[in-house]
Amino acid sequence: MMRDHVEVRGLTITVGAREIVSDVSFAVPRGQVLALIGESGSGKSTTALALLGYCRPGARIVAGEVRLGETRIDQLGARDLATLRGRRVAYIAQSAAAAFNPARTIIDQVIEPALIHRLMSADAARAKAVALFRALALPMAETIGARYPHQVSGGQLQRLMAAMALITDPELVILDEPTTALDVTTQIEVLKTFKSVLAAARATAIYVSHDLAVVAQMADRIAVLHQGRVCEEGPATQVLAAPGHDYTRSLLAAARPVAAPRAPTAATPVLEVSGVYAGYGRITAGVPAHPVLSDVSFALAAGGTLGIIGESGSGKSTLARVIAGLLPRSHGWVKLDGRELPLGLAGRTPEQFRAIQMVFQNADTALNPAHSVATILARPLAFYHGLRGARARARIDELLGLIQLPREIAARPVRALSGGQKQRINLARALAAEPQVLLCDEVTSALDPVVGAAIMALIADLRRQLGIATLFISHDIGAVQDFCDEVLVLYGGHGVELAGRDAFAGSVHHPYTRLLRASRPTMTAGWLERAPAPVASGFAAAPDLCPFLPRCPVAVPGLCDRAPPRRHAIPGQQWLCHHDHAALADGAPHTPGAD
Amino acid sequence: MSGLSWTGRIGLGLVLFWLSVAAVGPMLAPHSVGDFVDMEVFDTISARFPLGSDYLGRDMLSRLLFGARYTVFLGLGAAVLACLMGTALALVSVLRGGWVDEVLARGMDTLTSIPSKVLALVLVAAFDSTLGLLLVICALTYAPGNYRIARALAMNLMQLDFVTAARVRGEGAVYIALREVLPNMVGPLLADLGLRCVFVVLLLSGLSFLGLGVQPPYADLGSLVRENISGLTDGAPAILAPALAIASLTVGANLLIDAIRTGGPR
Repeated sequence: MMRDHVEVRGLTITVGAREIVSDVSFAVPRGQVLALIGESGSGKSTTALALLGYCRPGARIVAGEVRLGETRIDQLGARDLATLRGRRVAYIAQSAAAAFNPARTIIDQVIEPALIHRLMSADAARAKAVALFRALALPMAETIGARYPHQVSGGQLQRLMAAMALITDPELVILDEPTTALDVTTQIEVLKTFKSVLAAARATAIYVSHDLAVVAQMADRIAVLHQGRVCEEGPATQVLAAPGHDYTRSLLAAARPVAAPRAPTAATPVLEVSGVYAGYGRITAGVPAHPVLSDVSFALAAGGTLGIIGESGSGKSTLARVIAGLLPRSHGWVKLDGRELPLGLAGRTPEQFRAIQMVFQNADTALNPAHSVATILARPLAFYHGLRGARARARIDELLGLIQLPREIAARPVRALSGGQKQRINLARALAAEPQVLLCDEVTSALDPVVGAAIMALIADLRRQLGIATLFISHDIGAVQDFCDEVLVLYGGHGVELAGRDAFAGSVHHPYTRLLRASRPTMTAGWLERAPAPVASGFAAAPDLCPFLPRCPVAVPGLCDRAPPRRHAIPGQQWLCHHDHAALADGAPHTPGAD
Repeated sequence: MSGLSWTGRIGLGLVLFWLSVAAVGPMLAPHSVGDFVDMEVFDTISARFPLGSDYLGRDMLSRLLFGARYTVFLGLGAAVLACLMGTALALVSVLRGGWVDEVLARGMDTLTSIPSKVLALVLVAAFDSTLGLLLVICALTYAPGNYRIARALAMNLMQLDFVTAARVRGEGAVYIALREVLPNMVGPLLADLGLRCVFVVLLLSGLSFLGLGVQPPYADLGSLVRENISGLTDGAPAILAPALAIASLTVGANLLIDAIRTGGPR
């Protein structure tokens, strides 16, 4: 009988007396990809690291066996592990930016494993690295290695780390959330190249992720972990199509958000933003030297929701900061209830502060770790509403009820809360002010899918109950589409499309919106192979021209690289492009010169 | 204090012991601080002189009981004063920023560049040696170091979202400094306080050696070590006793601070 290439049996890892991984077993045949999925704290990374013979400080393998080929990794000593790691087992971490040494060139670091294990000469290693760069579809494969880590993009660095892992032809590659920190558009490219080089190297892989759609594209087998135990393990198609465990079903449900029912919205806008420019550097004629936002406009109706999407660096968070007054705008105006807001924080009235509340992305840093839940919630109550003593305590209980947390939690220090609980408290603090506008900045991106889905449902619920207008910033086009009445798509600080929910669900879109939609992984098998290849055309973006020009698949030579884009508007939708309604519709043939 | 670890309890015990010695020590002393009571110098331990006698034949126990108050109160007092000064200025610096920060930071650099003993010499010559002046000298010497640490800590904390959240809420600078930033600096600052306590004891004994510090016949613990240094070759208790006293005081203070730190935030 042919033995599986990698086998883990009865693996149990403890920290002190607590089991963080309990009796985990799985096996992977040579050349296949096994995905470990689960929420944070489920033990998926700990299990993956055990395949390197590594436990985090304080953790210990107490039972079970970890086998790679004929080697029992759990029984190896430090010296044998050193010859194993980087040679037979390689590791690709979540953050390539943190894994590279910023002071050395990329190629020196990429060939290091080969040199440490004395596999080849430096010249041979360099040649092999360049071949790998090519296989990973990196631009300028010959010379990219001479650069320093800060000189390449995040997606490129992630692929360069893959080259570092693969240079020794390892038998087993461990990928620990390798694309979680990337934009969807970058993710596609990274996933595609990972998949092809892994197949070419005939390496076995363990893919750690919490994203089911990504896993569906990458894995042959899936093991679902929950609280340190394997709930379910089997071929990917079977686990995704016919999950046998309740937890797997809840994960699948969280990945397909239910559309939020529409809330009644008033016709009068509570927040109006018009022609806003903001950025850094010297301001000339209202435009800063390094604009982050250029000519952004929208109106948010009382009780309505506006979704803002775009890649990182598109100016999403900056827009929220400009509205909140953290970054003064250099041009344009922001009106709250028809009255113009001062540029920065200075000069805003307490009433204006109260009306606009921000919910930060990362609840770990948004809540002061020195305070208790009660202290944090009591402050806005005292500050805005003068509530103290028993009345404040009653209101805190009420708020905790609103966010579905038990009252006892009020006495706890923030440190003692889970990620989801922190995000709820973060939300409750904003609600305590009784705001008119809630600015939600990527509120679920740091959370696990199941917890994130619960937070989304909670926000939708509260919005209906309390009639708060919400600005919902996200990089997840699916979440925004189902959740918001209107969607603003930002690219390079420009609002390239603004559409109502119906129009956004329709077929007419700006090419960038189309790219975002096509880049979002789905559960469908084979999606990755059919996904669009990223476009990089020969045009260079000039200040006045369309910002999307260098990546636009339907750019018209002689028009798009000459004249500034036009703003088209039809009822319920507007966009910034030379193409008109008919040319942008789904399936419309790409007709050069169409306008 | 039930939550303290056993090392913390030991620290607390030592600190309480030295605080009480400092408070009531002179009342318990069998002899006056300057009396020459023994014919022998560097006498060994006996029933009459439980800690022997010093280089002039004075009772070591009595000198220790008198000396403890200078070290404990001056050392602790000056360290606390230095940290209060340094931290307060650091918070002003970080919250105001701009030229206020620049002026304060350069002012503190200037203070660091003045040798502490020369500063002490000038001030003592001008105002005469009093305990109050010693306190001020020690505090001034160690405030800039604390300012640097506190400023770096506060600057990092100011970048965090919870401070941004407070600013968006419309909070004033004083609230942000005292309620949002300061509580998260307490741990490292306490460690710094413990370190500075030890530095002050050393500075004090140095000043006493130059005749600028505590005036004879009184002496702080550091001076007791220094003036009896020639007894080291004989293994005289006159030098061991004050050395052990300093060690137990500083170790106790640091154990206690470490225990409070791990029990507190982060």
